[in-house]
Amino acid sequence: MTKEVLLRTPLNEEKNAKLEAGFKVLLSGKIYTARDAAHKRLAQLIKEGKSLPFDPRGQVIYYVGPTPEKPGRIVGSAGPTTSGRMDPYTPTLLDAGVKGTIGKGQRSREVIDAIIRNKAVYFAATGGAAVLIAKSIRNSKLVAYDDLGPEAIRELVIENFPCIVAIDSRGRNLYEEGVKKYQIP
Amino acid sequence: MVIIEILGVAHAGMCMRQISLREVNVSEITSVVKRLCIDANIYLDKDVVEKIEESVEKEDSPIGREILGQILANARMAAEEQMPMCQDTGVAVVLVELGQDVHVSGGDLNKAINEGVRQGYRDGYLRKSMVDDPVFDRKNTQDNTPAVIHIEIVPGDAVKITLAPKGAGSENMSEVRMMKPADGIEGIKDFVVDRVRRSGGMPCPPIVVGVGVGGNFEQCAYLSKKALLRPLNLKNPDPRLNALEEELLLRINRLGIGPLGLGGRTTALAVQILTMPCHIASMPVAVNLQCHAQRHKTATI
Repeated sequence: MTKEVLLRTPLNEEKNAKLEAGFKVLLSGKIYTARDAAHKRLAQLIKEGKSLPFDPRGQVIYYVGPTPEKPGRIVGSAGPTTSGRMDPYTPTLLDAGVKGTIGKGQRSREVIDAIIRNKAVYFAATGGAAVLIAKSIRNSKLVAYDDLGPEAIRELVIENFPCIVAIDSRGRNLYEEGVKKYQIP
Repeated sequence: MVIIEILGVAHAGMCMRQISLREVNVSEITSVVKRLCIDANIYLDKDVVEKIEESVEKEDSPIGREILGQILANARMAAEEQMPMCQDTGVAVVLVELGQDVHVSGGDLNKAINEGVRQGYRDGYLRKSMVDDPVFDRKNTQDNTPAVIHIEIVPGDAVKITLAPKGAGSENMSEVRMMKPADGIEGIKDFVVDRVRRSGGMPCPPIVVGVGVGGNFEQCAYLSKKALLRPLNLKNPDPRLNALEEELLLRINRLGIGPLGLGGRTTALAVQILTMPCHIASMPVAVNLQCHAQRHKTATI
């Protein structure tokens, strides 16, 4: 049976060491949203030695571009986007202290190496389960880059956000292990 | 509306026939497109829900079953709360079958369709995901227009409109290959299976695999998109293509990719093929992958 763990942000090496690829996680606490355009800006700031709109140390970044919220709602539909598009920037952010990322799909070798190097973790959320995931979002606050619309950086407060450890801090990768396990030659 | 067609001038005088044209105002088209944009993004069709339910039974991976359960729960919540099932509410792909006895009045048909998309994505709180210039500026158009519009002229006096919002995750994993006749059926099979294998978890499996074979370069891509419109509970009417679809589905589900690419038996829900005649020296094949949010809604005016 899949092991289910409750986890609270911010993350650190000790918490991440206990997570193994394949664990089901219910994540709570603060996380930050960012997609392609925001990543480009964050990586540029780090390159220039400038400070980021939020302190990245121990934080978790969620790759999401929600639908507009209806009146009276905190957020619209908010499922994960394809993580691979953020791969060119992710090692820079992990080296700056980010300890977790949430998205969908495989990561590059460079990202996996950066995950191991920084004892970080990569969570997979269910692509397309955007209403179910939105239910775990309790608050949403604009942090930076309002001009990017759905791609702006937001601080989300989440409660029992469902995800799965896809790549753990030792580099075990469920995208490879899982497929191998169920492959029929 | 009535027009007079002059059939010919005989010695005795002109021979004339009355033809009735049905008039459809563009405002009606706009309001139908608007409604279809909203409905297609909120309600997952029953045939898709049933296929996913069936796949839960056959799924050996506990994580896979968990994910399939989330997808089904999500579909119920989207309908209950009137929210789009996925945050990527896609490019608005609009397929129009325009009866040749219809006169579209009151404005420009393409503009009317785009106005419907604009209103639907605004009033339905759907995400606007279109950029204007694809190469240089990539600036969001803010209203999800322009739509991708395909218009076919067909017999009759009806206008049939299908809205198929298409997300980027699965569209980005699609491909056209100009195969040679010598590649044969085995070549087609290997290409389709390999396209799915290389896509892994990216197109949000379980997927539906649309395949177009024949025509030419652009026709086969369009065929592969249209192949996705067939309800999942209907078999291909051509027995040979039906057998090919079943064989491909079996091979794809042996890849082990599973729900969201984390391993399992359920990689695809269906393979659907459309073909058309082609040049003696060609065998164009297109594979259009569709995520589990298999969204399309149709209305006839």
